[in-house]
Amino acid sequence: MTALLPRRGLAQILALIVILAVDRVVSPQFFDLRLQDGRLFGSLIDVLNRGTPVALLSLGMVLVIATRGIDLSVGAVMAICGAIAASLADSHGLPVVLAAALGAGLVCGLWNGFLVAVLGMQPIVATLILMVAGRGIAQLITEGRIVTFSSPDLVWLGNGSVLGLPVPVVIALGMLILTGAVVRGSALGLLIEATGGNARASELAGVGTRAMILSVYVWCGVCAALAGVIAAADIMGADANNAGLWLELDAILAVVIGGTSLFGGRFSLVLAVLGALIIQTMNTGILLSGYPPEFNLLVKAVVVLAVLLLQSPKFSGLAGIAARLRRTKA
Amino acid sequence: MKGLPPVLITAIVLVAGFALCAMQFPNIASTRVVGNLLTDNAFLGIVATGMTFVIISGGIDLSVGSVIGFTTVFVALAIERWGVPPLVAFVAILALSAAFGAAMGAVIHVFDLPPFIVTLAGMFLARGASFLLSTESVPITAPVYSTVSDFALRMPGGGRLTAIAIIMLVIVIGGALLLHLTRFGANVYALGGSRVTASLMGVAVGKMTVKIYMLSSLLAGIAGIVFSFYTSAGYSLSAVGVELDSIAAVVIGGTLLTGGQGSVIGTFLGVLIQGMIQTYINFDGTLSSWWTKIATGVLLFAFIALQQGLVALARRPVTKSAGAAS
Repeated sequence: MTALLPRRGLAQILALIVILAVDRVVSPQFFDLRLQDGRLFGSLIDVLNRGTPVALLSLGMVLVIATRGIDLSVGAVMAICGAIAASLADSHGLPVVLAAALGAGLVCGLWNGFLVAVLGMQPIVATLILMVAGRGIAQLITEGRIVTFSSPDLVWLGNGSVLGLPVPVVIALGMLILTGAVVRGSALGLLIEATGGNARASELAGVGTRAMILSVYVWCGVCAALAGVIAAADIMGADANNAGLWLELDAILAVVIGGTSLFGGRFSLVLAVLGALIIQTMNTGILLSGYPPEFNLLVKAVVVLAVLLLQSPKFSGLAGIAARLRRTKA
Repeated sequence: MKGLPPVLITAIVLVAGFALCAMQFPNIASTRVVGNLLTDNAFLGIVATGMTFVIISGGIDLSVGSVIGFTTVFVALAIERWGVPPLVAFVAILALSAAFGAAMGAVIHVFDLPPFIVTLAGMFLARGASFLLSTESVPITAPVYSTVSDFALRMPGGGRLTAIAIIMLVIVIGGALLLHLTRFGANVYALGGSRVTASLMGVAVGKMTVKIYMLSSLLAGIAGIVFSFYTSAGYSLSAVGVELDSIAAVVIGGTLLTGGQGSVIGTFLGVLIQGMIQTYINFDGTLSSWWTKIATGVLLFAFIALQQGLVALARRPVTKSAGAAS
């Protein structure tokens, strides 16, 4: 694994370096860091901080995609959990707020997982239901208003710092290590990949594919919940309409940039997070360069297409995958 | 013929729902309300017709909302800023959107990529392009627009069948004929049933894929023009999320999301059901608009669960464990 990582991640690391270099040209102070009130400030920290929600989402999404699934509902789940956290924040302590928000994320994930694993629905369709209904539910919770709060504990979660680093960054790092330890420290990651590679064969080989699928959607829901809480804490309020809007697409993009195949069967957590950072570095760069932020969408579209073409079996001519495809077609 | 039962269920839901609404608010059962419902959902009906073809063929098109947005901005700028005659602007944008769809279809087929992600890139591209054209709402003051908006057929009971509603009805009927009576339509079903089988039976899979996405984008372009008639403006943020509404309409209309089964008429009924929910919420006045989303989500779930049940039932005699296979 460790020997594999650098070779597989080379393209992503190079891409990040190139984008960072471009950002440095655009904005000469890009790499400047200064310590103020025991906290680091600077564009780089800003990239890390702003990239946190997508990085968290991509941690869950990458596992879902590894099982050949997709979760379109993560943005809506963010909105639901942010709304719950915001409406409880001023009347309850942080543990209750977190438990309620993460619990809601877990339930959302369980619902998605149930539809996919037990009822056998296509993942796009199954998660589309929550994507459509989820924002309605979030607005039900906020009663159509933007709920604001002033609980210092929750605000700290979005704006505080630990050892000079913003709390969201520390949380995302913690989640990366936790997820990595669980799926790569055990056979779980392998079983997830097996499920994505060929669900039926894995099932026959004794892998509990339903349990695998169910658990990745649950984990995706929890990650989305955490992202939602952080996004709410960051702006000290919950906006059911706009929280996490289109972030499901960014999360999928991050996973794809990270080299995880949409056809399932292999994944890398670290590279997915790296993908999220690449997206954020581009976003920040475009903002700093003075181009309208709308330019982002075009750049993203070009990047998705480029990465997809590189991934495409027919384009890259990866003999193994091509042969496999040909065999299934025959 | 196989597609009949789900369509019947959709029709029953529509009639029952409408009856319930009419019981609570007798005024709903008037040609005025029905006329408005058709006008308000004209662009959705058009774009959902295209989506029906894509989904029956086993694909999905997430770019339609963005194509509508791009079309409204392009048309508004062409007419108001660049001084292009409206008809020329319409022809240009329709050619452009058809080419856009053809390009997506070609990428999907040639590189063997999931339609979902290719059209997602298309969605970014079209939305980004419309932002580049203009981020402000551009009002359209051309005389054609007021002529078209004023045009309406009087229905008995005082309802108005507007021009854009008529365009929608014509496209729905044309779409239904194209799907059910032509070789092209039969090929769409064949593709959704199984690409491999279709190819073995002599269907030119590549050409069909390109044509289907071209049709979807072309209809999205027409929907965009209709939308610009509806709002008399071009705005880059218009029709955000319409792809979801149209997918929901297709599914509620009884089209199988795995492809191979479905009908344009069902989709039309699905659009009417969504419009009905919206009308009910408007009449009620105390319910907020977000109940539309929850109701749509519940209906989506109900219909997909129903499909899943029907599929499982159909498969039962052949294999016992149909659960994990997707």
